[in-house]
Amino acid sequence: MTLAQQEGLTRTQQLLADDPIWLVILKVVVLFAVGVVLTLFMINWERKVVARMQQRPGPNRVGPNGWLQSLADGLKLAFKEDIMPVMADKKVYFIAPVISTIPAFVAFSVIPFGGEVSIFGEPTVLQLVDLPVGVLVVLACSSIGVYGIVLGGWASGSPYSLLGALRSAAQVISYEIALGLSVVAVVLYAGSLSTADIVAAQGTGWYFYLLIPSFIVFSIAMVGETNRAPFDLPEAESELVGGFHTEYTSLKFALFFLAEYVNMVTVSAMATTLFLGGGQIPWLGHLWSGFDNGWFQFLAFLVKTLAFLFVFIWLRGTLPRFRYDQFMRLGWKVLVPVSLGWILIVFAIRAYRNSTGGEATVALLITIGIVLLAIIAVAFGLPDRKTPDDTVEVASDYPVPPLDLAVPDRPRHRLPRAKAAKEPALTGKEE
Amino acid sequence: MILAQVVSDATAGDTGVGEAIVFWILGPVALAAAVAMIFARNAVHSALFLVMTMLSLAVLYMMQQAPFLGFVQIIVYTGAVMMLFLFVLMLVGRDSSDSVVEVLRGQRVAGALLGLAFALLLVAGVGRTMFAVPSVGLGNNAANGNLTGIGRLIFTDYLLPFELTSALLITAALGAMVLAFAQKKPKAKLGQRAAVVARLRGDRISPLPGPGVYATANSVAVPALLPDGSVAPESLSEIIEGHEVDEAPRPPSDAHSLTGRRRELEAGE
Repeated sequence: MTLAQQEGLTRTQQLLADDPIWLVILKVVVLFAVGVVLTLFMINWERKVVARMQQRPGPNRVGPNGWLQSLADGLKLAFKEDIMPVMADKKVYFIAPVISTIPAFVAFSVIPFGGEVSIFGEPTVLQLVDLPVGVLVVLACSSIGVYGIVLGGWASGSPYSLLGALRSAAQVISYEIALGLSVVAVVLYAGSLSTADIVAAQGTGWYFYLLIPSFIVFSIAMVGETNRAPFDLPEAESELVGGFHTEYTSLKFALFFLAEYVNMVTVSAMATTLFLGGGQIPWLGHLWSGFDNGWFQFLAFLVKTLAFLFVFIWLRGTLPRFRYDQFMRLGWKVLVPVSLGWILIVFAIRAYRNSTGGEATVALLITIGIVLLAIIAVAFGLPDRKTPDDTVEVASDYPVPPLDLAVPDRPRHRLPRAKAAKEPALTGKEE
Repeated sequence: MILAQVVSDATAGDTGVGEAIVFWILGPVALAAAVAMIFARNAVHSALFLVMTMLSLAVLYMMQQAPFLGFVQIIVYTGAVMMLFLFVLMLVGRDSSDSVVEVLRGQRVAGALLGLAFALLLVAGVGRTMFAVPSVGLGNNAANGNLTGIGRLIFTDYLLPFELTSALLITAALGAMVLAFAQKKPKAKLGQRAAVVARLRGDRISPLPGPGVYATANSVAVPALLPDGSVAPESLSEIIEGHEVDEAPRPPSDAHSLTGRRRELEAGE
């Protein structure tokens, strides 16, 4: 690398380039550990939260308050019998879980967990690498990760698995487009694809309110991208047994499980990076300058990521699964056009501002306001859409009670209470 | 082409050690996977070998200080294009392998000739770039980084080709959709309510009898039996019955096999 290129590096890149090899290895190990530990934590947390939503205790036997349940389950899974189906394509069947797991962890490497810190006296940042195309790394990793699912489903040699794999392929291709388009506006505002730069660019305002449509599309698409409820069609247990991993057992199954949860953590961390200002601490940062410390930023990052993960769990506990055609319609007919239109608006406004300078912004905003008001006025003037009338047509000639049957308010003949008490009951003793 | 470039760099002596190591690992992998792709029996295995080649090339791009190109190669080619290929291949079926019958007359000879011609073309072109054309490098175009350079060039000097390409792609996509959907008659999809009404107004409200429910087996191929032992016609699958099969003579229907009394009788005799 020449000196000229060296000068073009940002502070983060310089610090990362100076990392000694032991620090890099340490970071890699810690990243791996974070992924695994967060997975174990997430499984337990999910079970507990969903249990609470359903008014039941959830896991509470293993370890303090049941928090070691997923660790016990994971260990048990490792010692289970490893079954190879007769119809399986042996090599592909074997390699599929690996293909699914590795990219999930690789995507972790570009996440900026926090700012500048000193580890054993070595100044560095809490990030493994800061590539100039960091955002693309995450997208690339997710698109490789699908291969694991698709190949696993195909190689199992079972119709349920194959159906799950096909669904997964279609789903991820569709939702990756929405995901990529929602990132475009962020990249445009930050002026860089590097994750650290994007976080730094949010110093003046986080993008989740500056770019609301992008944030909404990203939040929806990331659920579709990770195959989570309500978009968990590839493993819809009520339709496909277990979906793509129906035939998998033991450690291979555990790898698929691990990949799913690590992917969830990755997209949540990505959403934090792109829209919630990474490790930046709002308001409190002004109170005490100590909050600029990289470790505090790491804490803030973790809290924001966990908030996203909680939403994942919340969705699973709340929403029923989509039907496949509804799901595809949402992706292609709503998310993609909305993103495209939004990008167009962002481009137009930026081009206008660049060409006329800052003072024209007020005039532009006023114009947009007037146009919006006009649209709303017109919308009020339009006649309402016809609602289908409520008259119920009886479908067959089978005798049914009238469907508009109303319960009468009170019985017409009611005996006064005192009289009813004195009246001897009709017990049949009179004879 | 990249391979050639790397080789030329290596001979020029300005290749780093890491770069050389990566090249000597990934170059053979890419080549071997490409060869294996051609000779693989199974179509899905072929596709996977192609993916391997593409991934190796992507890493080589990244080593050549072109991270954008590398990751776009992964996202677009490996992630989208090859995934669509796999999608289709999986639908075709796992056991379908290459047919050995030559469908078009003279196809193999023509294919071999064209392949040779293409190889000649490539060797000539790449050979010329190796010896005759001096390497210019990125020069000023990548002064602010790879990405900025590509963006500026696409939206200034190469705007027209870029727009033309996108127009071509959109036309192709629209054309595919028109071909796929225009010939079908638009059929009104039955809503949930309409489906219920149709069912209640129709001949039969209850579901069809499941195959084999009253018989001794639960295979789809076994029809349901009515109480008198005859076959329930509604339980026969059109698809299965439509196929001619060499059927082994069916054993006579045996009511005792349901209760197990026959065996007792035999034991008693």
